Amino acid sequence: MKTNDVIMQFTAKIVFFIIFFYAVHIFFAGHYTPGGGFVGGLVTSSAIVLLIIAFDLKTVQSIIPINYIYLVGTGLILALGTAAFSMFVDKPFFTHFFDYFHLPILGKTSLHTAALFDLGVYLVVVGVTMTIIQTIGEDE
Amino acid sequence: MTILANILIVFFIVAGLVFIVVSAIGLFRLPDLYTRTHAASKSSTLGVMCILIGVFLHFWLIKDHFNPSILLGVLFLFITGPVGGHIMSRSSYIAGIKPWSGTVRDDLKDEIERMKKEQNIKE
Repeated sequence: MKTNDVIMQFTAKIVFFIIFFYAVHIFFAGHYTPGGGFVGGLVTSSAIVLLIIAFDLKTVQSIIPINYIYLVGTGLILALGTAAFSMFVDKPFFTHFFDYFHLPILGKTSLHTAALFDLGVYLVVVGVTMTIIQTIGEDE
Repeated sequence: MTILANILIVFFIVAGLVFIVVSAIGLFRLPDLYTRTHAASKSSTLGVMCILIGVFLHFWLIKDHFNPSILLGVLFLFITGPVGGHIMSRSSYIAGIKPWSGTVRDDLKDEIERMKKEQNIKE
């Protein structure tokens, strides 16, 4: 029977943003506190899964028009590229660089290339999880 | 000042503990699914929120560390706990689980029958 789930859908809209921004927080806080790319990616994909449960697969695909397999590829290229960059400046593979910058609003910030590697991990985790769930979820 | 803060923290954590124990007793003693969902979703949500507020106050007043993600957790539980109870009891009503035999009013029954008639579903 088709029923009216307005409470579920309205709550999912609000809760999606809480979960998503918490995932971004976990991702960026990963260097100094628990968290990082893997957990951030899982939490992000769980936010998208919440939208899929509240609405349906087609609606969510039209809201977030991403082919998740390309997302996996982008993440792998990003991780490999960050690792391989140090070879071009005569350092061993996987050497990371960091420095302190004075950004306009944030002040003194340490930027590290490990964050880019972590971004690659994040994209791969989101892509793989969403690919699995979409493939299982589709009936055809 | 530390004593006042500690009293506040202990009050919140003990209140949360009492609410959680009450909801666990309710899960055992109440007669059917709907009253149990009522106990589980209301009282345990309030209990966990009280415990989180107590932890937040402990880290803020004693350890001097303001942790906003605990407040975010309180907000998140406040939003999602009742909605979880709502979804559980509603889906089990639609799946056909009968309420307790002493129930005197059932307003949802007429509405479900009207919706079934509108969508041409026969049972």
